[in-house]
Amino acid sequence: MKVALFVPCFIDAFFPEVGIATLELLERLGCEVVYPLDQTCCGQPMANNGCEEEAAGAEALFVRNFSGFQYIVAPSGSCIHHVRDHFTAVEQTEEVKQLRRNAFELVEFLHDVLKVEAFPWAEFPHKVGLHNSCGTLRGLRHAKATEVSEPFFSKPLDLLSKVKGIEFVTPDRPDECCGFGGTFSLFEESVSANMGHDKVSDHKRAGAEYIVSADSSCLMHQKGCAERLGLDLRFMHISQILNGARE
Amino acid sequence: MREKRIDHAEAASEFIASTEHVAFHDRRLWDLRKKRDRESESIPEWEELRRLASAIKEHTLTHLADYLEEFERNAIANGARVHWAVDAIEHNEIVLDILRNRGAKTLVKAKSMLTEECDMRPFLEKRGVTVIETDLAERIQQLDDEPPSHIVVPSVHKLRQDVAQVFGRTIGTDPTNSDPHYLAESQRQNTRPYFVGAEAGMTGANFAVAETGSIVVCTNEGNADLSVNVPPLYIASVGVEKLIPRVRDLGVFVRMLSRSALGSPITQYTSHMRAPRPGTEMHIVLVDNGRSERLGMADFWTSLKCIRCGACMNTCPVYRRSGGLSYGATYSGPIGVIIDPTFSLRKYSNLPFASTLNGSCSNVCPVKINIHEQIYKWRQVIAERGQLPFVKKQAMQAAGKVLASPKLYRAAVEGASAASEYLPRFMLYTRFNAWGRQREVPVAPQQTFRQWYIKNRGQPS
Repeated sequence: MKVALFVPCFIDAFFPEVGIATLELLERLGCEVVYPLDQTCCGQPMANNGCEEEAAGAEALFVRNFSGFQYIVAPSGSCIHHVRDHFTAVEQTEEVKQLRRNAFELVEFLHDVLKVEAFPWAEFPHKVGLHNSCGTLRGLRHAKATEVSEPFFSKPLDLLSKVKGIEFVTPDRPDECCGFGGTFSLFEESVSANMGHDKVSDHKRAGAEYIVSADSSCLMHQKGCAERLGLDLRFMHISQILNGARE
Repeated sequence: MREKRIDHAEAASEFIASTEHVAFHDRRLWDLRKKRDRESESIPEWEELRRLASAIKEHTLTHLADYLEEFERNAIANGARVHWAVDAIEHNEIVLDILRNRGAKTLVKAKSMLTEECDMRPFLEKRGVTVIETDLAERIQQLDDEPPSHIVVPSVHKLRQDVAQVFGRTIGTDPTNSDPHYLAESQRQNTRPYFVGAEAGMTGANFAVAETGSIVVCTNEGNADLSVNVPPLYIASVGVEKLIPRVRDLGVFVRMLSRSALGSPITQYTSHMRAPRPGTEMHIVLVDNGRSERLGMADFWTSLKCIRCGACMNTCPVYRRSGGLSYGATYSGPIGVIIDPTFSLRKYSNLPFASTLNGSCSNVCPVKINIHEQIYKWRQVIAERGQLPFVKKQAMQAAGKVLASPKLYRAAVEGASAASEYLPRFMLYTRFNAWGRQREVPVAPQQTFRQWYIKNRGQPS
């Protein structure tokens, strides 16, 4: 199966290990992975600030890099949420519509498309708190949100449960936003930091050694908060654990 | 004169500076959210109820003129008098006229966000009418000369010690005694004489039923019933969006209103006001105040479905940390963020950015308003109409340019800035120092993913 890999700008710059784990994991699972070298960003930072005009260039570049692939996979829920639900700064041609339908976040790709049954190489004997980012939880419907009355489901937990030795802990507010929110984290610094401090404290109280998420941006924010509070918490992207990271 | 923009971020940081207040506020409202979850989970048909409620409201709003006329016909037939107010000023003048015609100088009123929206109390007080809020929390806010900070629990941002201070200062209780029973009883003793002596009573409306021409008010303190049934004159102020077609539709909403708001199955009192008692008058003021205009806005009209339960505020992590007063508007929290800009785009242009777009508000909304999607949409409108702050606009233009060009992008992340211990500026845009004040700054690694990929997997293009 041929897959185009999208490594969003901030993962490229700050979390290359997440891109590497995603690439290796997809390859282990038998995918032929193509990484278009001229990619940058999906346009979300501008679009989330209402700046459609300013997002158009990045979106057009994204189309040039990724159209024509049957599967576009990225290790970032919020970026895929943007592509799928808000990628409107460029003209909505058939090509663009197709591309938006073909974009998958890694967890849903593994869960829904590849239907992976086992990660025999993965072992992670640690207490893990799962952070469902808002874009993946409510935007991509990775899992049941606590507000909605419906049977429980969780795609990331389904996948992580197949990892040897892993143990889960549940914070009091499992799906409360951590307060990152893109530029919100800067323009609403007080609220953002307060939310982040509460979030990591909640995980710590629940006994987490690691906070794991399908979104590196939330992890970046929470890591900054935990370090400032002096909490002994470690942070890892779900792709790293599924790819067999050991610590 | 151009209205000053509300600076939500600044006001929020002032609220957060009092750690005791923000922790209490967050905990108290989260508790309501948890109770709401328990209630909604206990009703198997909850999601079906939400779909029904949304459909009833959308049907009513798309046939609003018909239902308003039906309501008016039936209300008049019941013996009530019906008035139409196009805006806040007209509403206030109509109320003043009604009071003057009866020589009424004192008005006891139940909580009504519409009268807050119309700024009615100061209007009447300036013209010699004494207005007494009868809802406990609303009375606390009145005595403290503050607007409500939440549409259901107006003084939720206050600790009981704060209330003791307010009462000590204004109604002469012991300012050091913050026992809730003592405070509630003191307020009761203070307010009851006004009920007995009032010449007019007023309520808002949770619902107005077209089929019967009646007003439905839901309260927990019984204060609305006293306000209606003791004085010889009763005025109901009703936003036109409060209409529902039939009495039987009420069941859907009454089952969800208090469960969504407070996590309790129902309010203590669900009162139907249909006709004046013999020898008294009942007036109903139907208020537009921008609602028709909002009804014509393709992306935002469904905000009129709101039944004012406040569930979106209770679940909102931003609202819980910043407090309602930080929004500088009658309606705060997620629902405020999507309706305030219809009152003044410039003044409230920062509010749609006071959100992480996490979407919890839309999920709890009993009438399924797509709140977070409307927040997202408002940001586009605000940017299009030139209301973004200059620095943000500049930063977005710069970021847009860099991210549209592989070359500029690579220069930015693979150049000197990535090697430094700081985030590249183009990713942080402005307020560069804001990240590091309360969070550690991430360290950029030696090579980007792209550089690793070229080295390990591919050839440069």
